[in-house]
Amino acid sequence: MDRHTTGFRIGWYTVNVLIGATMIGPFLWMLLTAVKDAGSVFVFPPELLPRRWEWSNFASVWEAVPFGLFYLNSLFVGIAVTCGQVTTSALAAYAFARLEFPGRDKLFFGYLATMMIPQAVIMIPVFIVLRSLGWIDTYKALILPSIFTAYGTFMLRQFFMSIPRDLEDAARVDGCGPVRILRNVVLPVSKPAIVTLAILTFMATWRSFMWPRIVIHTIEKSTLPIGLQAFQTLHETEYTLLMAGSVMAVIPVIVVFVLGQRAFVKGILLGAVKG
Amino acid sequence: MISRGKRTGPSWRRREVVAGYAFLLPNFLGFLAFVSLPVLFSLTLSFFEWDILTAPHFAGLRNYGKLLADAKFWYYLYNTVVLMLAIPLQMAASLGLAILLDKKLRGVVFFRTIYFLPSITAGVAIYLLWMWIYNPSFGLVNYALSWFRIVGPRWLEDPAWSKPALIIMSLWAQMGGVNMILYLAALQNIPPGLYEAAAVDGVNAWQRFRHITLPLLGPTTFFILTTNLIRGFQGGFEMAYIMTQGGPAGSTTTVSYYLFQNAFEWGYMGYASAIAWVLFALVFGVTMINWKWGGRKIAY
Repeated sequence: MDRHTTGFRIGWYTVNVLIGATMIGPFLWMLLTAVKDAGSVFVFPPELLPRRWEWSNFASVWEAVPFGLFYLNSLFVGIAVTCGQVTTSALAAYAFARLEFPGRDKLFFGYLATMMIPQAVIMIPVFIVLRSLGWIDTYKALILPSIFTAYGTFMLRQFFMSIPRDLEDAARVDGCGPVRILRNVVLPVSKPAIVTLAILTFMATWRSFMWPRIVIHTIEKSTLPIGLQAFQTLHETEYTLLMAGSVMAVIPVIVVFVLGQRAFVKGILLGAVKG
Repeated sequence: MISRGKRTGPSWRRREVVAGYAFLLPNFLGFLAFVSLPVLFSLTLSFFEWDILTAPHFAGLRNYGKLLADAKFWYYLYNTVVLMLAIPLQMAASLGLAILLDKKLRGVVFFRTIYFLPSITAGVAIYLLWMWIYNPSFGLVNYALSWFRIVGPRWLEDPAWSKPALIIMSLWAQMGGVNMILYLAALQNIPPGLYEAAAVDGVNAWQRFRHITLPLLGPTTFFILTTNLIRGFQGGFEMAYIMTQGGPAGSTTTVSYYLFQNAFEWGYMGYASAIAWVLFALVFGVTMINWKWGGRKIAY
């Protein structure tokens, strides 16, 4: 249906290139600052290209803080939270969607009611409990409280409800119990929803800042965001180094996003389907 | 018919009940430990004065009374609301970008990816980058302003400009994000037949947008507005913590930042819990108003 005149096309591409440049420009500036030598950034007017390319800035960051460890910590915590959340949510969601047992709907309403409660309300008591257990500054404190959200359960329940019952009924006639039905019938057809929840959970954990900042106090257990922030407090105005650290933090996210773009966009749309 | 019999048969029924509770158990225990009980604990805590080192004191409603009289709290609430002005700006920009991308032309996916990059990378790294961009003497923004012979403000170092600076940054970071994707999907769901009918009636582009596109986007707008408002009231901690430490002169401290300071820097656990519950009341109230108002609008 779209028939566009040449004039329209030229205008359309011009506008998009301009907006695109606004979006990409700051990233390029980050990259260019990251490879300048420390003295040459404090000049006015700013120089676009480095006088000499100081690739060693990246090595300096790596030496100042254990950056590799930050990646590993973030990866480990992200995977642990994602696995925990997807598994427990899928089980609970199936129980809420398909199994009948006394008190089911009341319990589900209880889950829903907590979705409105701000994270801030829960943060303080959970911190106090973890502290009394001696779990502060452990991976447990990073992982366990992040696993359980009403959102994951709610989202998967909505998806399971949309699956035609015939499939399950057929399996039931063949003598399958609830465990086998979930594993062999429901989960295989729910792959898009599971992948979506996994991506959203992983991304949220990967970028999470406030909670890790509260429960982690040593640099060795830091995830990427709080590791980078710790690095910032060490090198307050050394923008070449700060930008080098930022480049290293941003690159894996960009790579993963560009590769998994389709699943990601689908995920956003699925995640937005509310009640 | 056989399936009906089997489904309601006594042995299946029992298995179903057992499986139901068993499936729910892991999630329910975690939920109880890390969500439900903490909520009750938090509410209790807001009636106590406690620094977690010494014994707690029952304070009745004192924390809430103190909060109402706390000029800082009101100022930080004002900051939070001002920073939330970014929400309508972002929504308008997201809709604009979505309309721009809702074309069958080469490069749509490419531009969508580019527009999405700032929001996907948002976080500490991006805040560090914008500190550098806003640097009053050597930053890009003031350099660009100097082309027009404007001497730029000191941005993050000036209480009058710190909030606008954060709003501009959020606009850049979020306009091409999730909201744009949602608007884009909603636009693609509008049946083309509607526009064709309007074209026959000789309707111009603005009328078409105003009377067809915008009303049909209502549910999406409502969803985005609700989720963004909820997040907005709770937001602002991370960027202020990295970029300004809440300053200058408290001009970028939000409610969530104040809560963090009270609980985790100064050890006022009870007072911080009271702040958390006032925050909840705000979120709840605004969501309810939004539902009542939005629910009616969407009926059209």
